[in-house]
Amino acid sequence: MSIITATPEITYKVPRRRHPAMQFVATQPLGAASLVFIVMLFLAGVFADFVVPYDPLTLDYEAMLAAPSAEHWLGTDAFGRDVFSRIIFGARTALAVGLLSSFLGSTIGAAIGVASAHFGGRVDLAIQGFMDVLLSFPIIVLALAVVAMLGKRLVGGIDVNLILAIAIPMMPRVERVVRSSALAIREMAYIDAARAAGYGNMRIIFRHMAPNVVAPYLIMFTAFMAQAILLEASLSFLGLGVTEPTAAWGLMLSGTSQEFYSQAPWMIIFPGVAISLAVFSFNLFGDSLRDYLDPRLKV
Amino acid sequence: MIKLSLSLLGTLALVLGGASTDAVAQTPKRGGILKFAVSAEPPNYDCHAATSFAFIHPVRPHYNTLLKFDEPNYPKVKGDLAQSWTMSPDGLTYTFKLKPNIKFHDGTPMTSADVKASYERIVNPTGGAVSIRKAAYSDIASIETPDAQTVVFKLKARNASMLTNFASPWDCIYSAAKIKADPKFPEKNVLGTGPFKFVEHVAGSHWVGERFADYFEKGRPYLDGFRAIFITNTAARVNALQAGEVLSEFRGHSPADRDRLKAALGDKIVVHESPWICSLVVTFNTEKKPFDDARVRRALSLAIDRWKGAEALSKIALVRNVGGVLRPGYEMAAKEAELVKYPGYGKDINKARAEAKKLLEQAGVKDLKIKFLNRNIPMPYTPVGIFLIDQWRQIGVTVEHDQPETRAYITGLRGGNYEAGLDFNCDAVDDPNLQLAKFISADKSPINYGRYTDRKLDDLYNKQKGELDNKKRYALIREFEQHALNEAYSIPIIWWHRIIINWKQIKGWYMSPSHYLNQDLQDVWLDS
Amino acid sequence: MLRYTIHRALLMIPTLLGVAVLVFVLLRLMPGDIVEMRFLLEGGQVSPETLAAERARLGLDKEIWWQFYDWMTGIFVGDFGISMWTGRPVIGEIATRLELSMQVAIMATVLATMLALPLGTIAALYKDSWIDRLIQVFAIAGLAVPSFWLGMLIILGLLLNFNWIPPLTFTPIYEDPAKNLSQLIWPALAVGYRYMAVAARMTRSTILEVLQEDYIRTARAKGLYERLVVGRHAMRNAMLPVITVIGLEFAFLIGGLVVTEQVFNLNGIGKLFVDTVTRADYTMVQALVMLVAVFFILINFAVDLLYAVFDPRIRYN
Repeated sequence: MSIITATPEITYKVPRRRHPAMQFVATQPLGAASLVFIVMLFLAGVFADFVVPYDPLTLDYEAMLAAPSAEHWLGTDAFGRDVFSRIIFGARTALAVGLLSSFLGSTIGAAIGVASAHFGGRVDLAIQGFMDVLLSFPIIVLALAVVAMLGKRLVGGIDVNLILAIAIPMMPRVERVVRSSALAIREMAYIDAARAAGYGNMRIIFRHMAPNVVAPYLIMFTAFMAQAILLEASLSFLGLGVTEPTAAWGLMLSGTSQEFYSQAPWMIIFPGVAISLAVFSFNLFGDSLRDYLDPRLKV
Repeated sequence: MIKLSLSLLGTLALVLGGASTDAVAQTPKRGGILKFAVSAEPPNYDCHAATSFAFIHPVRPHYNTLLKFDEPNYPKVKGDLAQSWTMSPDGLTYTFKLKPNIKFHDGTPMTSADVKASYERIVNPTGGAVSIRKAAYSDIASIETPDAQTVVFKLKARNASMLTNFASPWDCIYSAAKIKADPKFPEKNVLGTGPFKFVEHVAGSHWVGERFADYFEKGRPYLDGFRAIFITNTAARVNALQAGEVLSEFRGHSPADRDRLKAALGDKIVVHESPWICSLVVTFNTEKKPFDDARVRRALSLAIDRWKGAEALSKIALVRNVGGVLRPGYEMAAKEAELVKYPGYGKDINKARAEAKKLLEQAGVKDLKIKFLNRNIPMPYTPVGIFLIDQWRQIGVTVEHDQPETRAYITGLRGGNYEAGLDFNCDAVDDPNLQLAKFISADKSPINYGRYTDRKLDDLYNKQKGELDNKKRYALIREFEQHALNEAYSIPIIWWHRIIINWKQIKGWYMSPSHYLNQDLQDVWLDS
Repeated sequence: MLRYTIHRALLMIPTLLGVAVLVFVLLRLMPGDIVEMRFLLEGGQVSPETLAAERARLGLDKEIWWQFYDWMTGIFVGDFGISMWTGRPVIGEIATRLELSMQVAIMATVLATMLALPLGTIAALYKDSWIDRLIQVFAIAGLAVPSFWLGMLIILGLLLNFNWIPPLTFTPIYEDPAKNLSQLIWPALAVGYRYMAVAARMTRSTILEVLQEDYIRTARAKGLYERLVVGRHAMRNAMLPVITVIGLEFAFLIGGLVVTEQVFNLNGIGKLFVDTVTRADYTMVQALVMLVAVFFILINFAVDLLYAVFDPRIRYN
């Protein structure tokens, strides 16, 4: 049935290449450095229980608002909770929320983008129409609306609806980029060939188009990881994100620290630094990844 | 125009005269604009439909009420518009004589007809007007005006709280003519008899009032005007106070703010502190298992170390005093010796927790998990919530802290869509009728979210309400309190503590246990 | 071109309608309403009858379809309704705040552009040198630092060092420029940093791209001075994406100052949005979202037209 009966044997002269990881390190030293930091952050988050000197939830009325010292490296907050321990546990929250929401947002966005490009015509028009609607909201406004609408639903200490609220505004942005990459691929000969070969939609989408949008997908995914951490911090700051007593960076900047920050500046300085560093390294890594995979892509 | 400048000259002469005869610093000075912060903004201008302090602070200086609290001598009342008043021996008739020469800001005279029309609007609003305190005045049978200076209230039943009611800061006296023409007039217009005339309200930003020259109290107010600035963010508010951009904020500050401002400004500020007629209460949804079991509720009450908690929390949150159903320090409230006998108020926490565990065991409850509904406001809800979670953890109870958006919090409480929740109660005055309403059966009280019926509490409530003898009323209230705390449908956790920080040039302002009181600014003045 | 313009303009209508439906439905899916917020927020003892009467007064007892119909028909005659919270017209409420937000957004744009264009260009010209790396790190940091946190630090710094904070109430710039600027320059700085970072990165990458185009190589081959090559050829052609990014960021700022306005106590659109969402002031939220959407869609429209002018292929697609 298939038209192409035999793949012609083409032999490329493949230049000796280093392992891709080594190649990445060599060409993107900053990106590699940020990757190391990200890995450390993940390890700290995952093994938080073994890393921290104090339980992040235990109140200590004897040590309220203690300044940074040998006992409490980064000081304590208004309840005597250790700021350093809460920052480490906050990494867990930030990474969990960031990872899940950007994974959800990018994956759904990418899937819709590829499907939209593949089907074209009315389907494409309808999907693009809906994406236009979503794109007309500023990210924080849309996230606020979703949070306010869905309320909170905690699963394992993490608010599922918060993840949705962050994922939804990201979805159309990923969708746009992936769709345009997919559109370019759609016109290529091998997709025509696959279609002519009678392959089903699913097979064409997943076997032929999807692999070719992996690069933009990965790049968007890392970029939005950074955005998601920032957005979670903003929402928590507004009191609409993570709930006390869970340790979360944005939350550490709001509430009682709002009252104490000129007496106990460590309460707002260190969590802010944590947010900035995490977002910074994800951005840097995302940039390097883009330069490495597809320098012409605009995110 | 000429009239205005003449009156200005007059007051100027008065000030100069005053200064020359009495050189002591404490003689009130005329002039100046009082700038203060308000942490929220009133939705509209109608006193009778308002519930918020955010309303009182900018609006109250424009109005008068029949009586008001005697500022330094709370809870004594004194006349505001009323010159004098009498109560008939049977307690069913109140007669008020009004002060002479009272004028509205548009120049029209204020008479007994205006008082009658205003109270009728509160008791029985018509034409789309909203009155939310109808219940407190449901005992009023009729209002009569024998002459322009006299108002007579006839009651259906005796009410021990009636005089306090007449001093309520919400009962603004409006112009009868205006509310007759349009019952909704006060929603969008400010026309009162108060010491200050309304100038402007810039939505989201500020509110300005200026001195009313024809005010009936001669020589008052001292200020030329006031400017209320709306600042919602706590940090921004305290920063503004520290920088002297505003001279006060009349709701209350946290101890942190106090310490910080004290450290930064030293003796440039004066700190006032008082117990506050606001309490935090944990309410259990008695329709949900296992909270239908009094033993479980009492166990959760017993687990809370109120005394130790109060000491620690008072350092970081605007709460301080351990109390029962009434404000600690109020004459009708339980003394400490009586308090410690109630379940959950004992001083031996280990004993209490052991008892709590035993109660849970008896009730057959193991590994109790609670979803705890709390309000999404940092001060004082979050710290108290964090404290409670920690306390309950110590008898093996796991708590999931749910702090949804405010709207979802209120609907959750009201709709019974919760297990346990941190509820609050704030009133303008110490009044058992108001504060006890939180604990009576759900069908009798719009603010009971525990969804239970307890006729014994209802019966005791009605008895104390009609009891004019303070001693007997006190005993009835104790009986009420003992029963309410044993059943533990709603358990008081801690009472708020009000801290006000004024720049020291503010004079003539008096602290009170309520942020709704003493805000007409009539006697406030600024020292240079 | 005219056909394209009309076609593109017509496309805005379904988008706006979609926004309208979405915001309308989202709002009403949330539990609770403004009546409860107003009367129960401070624990007033309010009877259910009073609440019901107030609901009827605000038209909240009507079927959702009728509410939507009322809103839509209102918009067509230019009536955006009355705020359910204050009872004043929504348009007026927004107008009082728009000036402030606009000014902060414009100031942030000016600051950002002034810095971003030279920085981005320098980085591109000296690609992979230490100065490029430095600028890139500076720019990425701009994306990483939360602007509300930066705002908190700015205020803390001012307060501790000068015992001074920016004025609390807004004065229009034409009344008292000094007072106006001393209030708004700080938030403009706080949000401008991120904005600058976005624009600088875009400038760098487009210039890099343009520098590789054939006509630049031709220009260089012709022996033109490097400055001329960059100034006349590269810059001009790189401007379009940069302008796009600046325009879109500007549109976002109008509604996106949400958190920063809280920190600086600015009476702007963002603070109004947070307040009205928490109060469930339906008419107000609806109008605000529509305003931001219209603004955003118009800027997108303008950008698309600009592209069509520069790239005729788009017009015929």
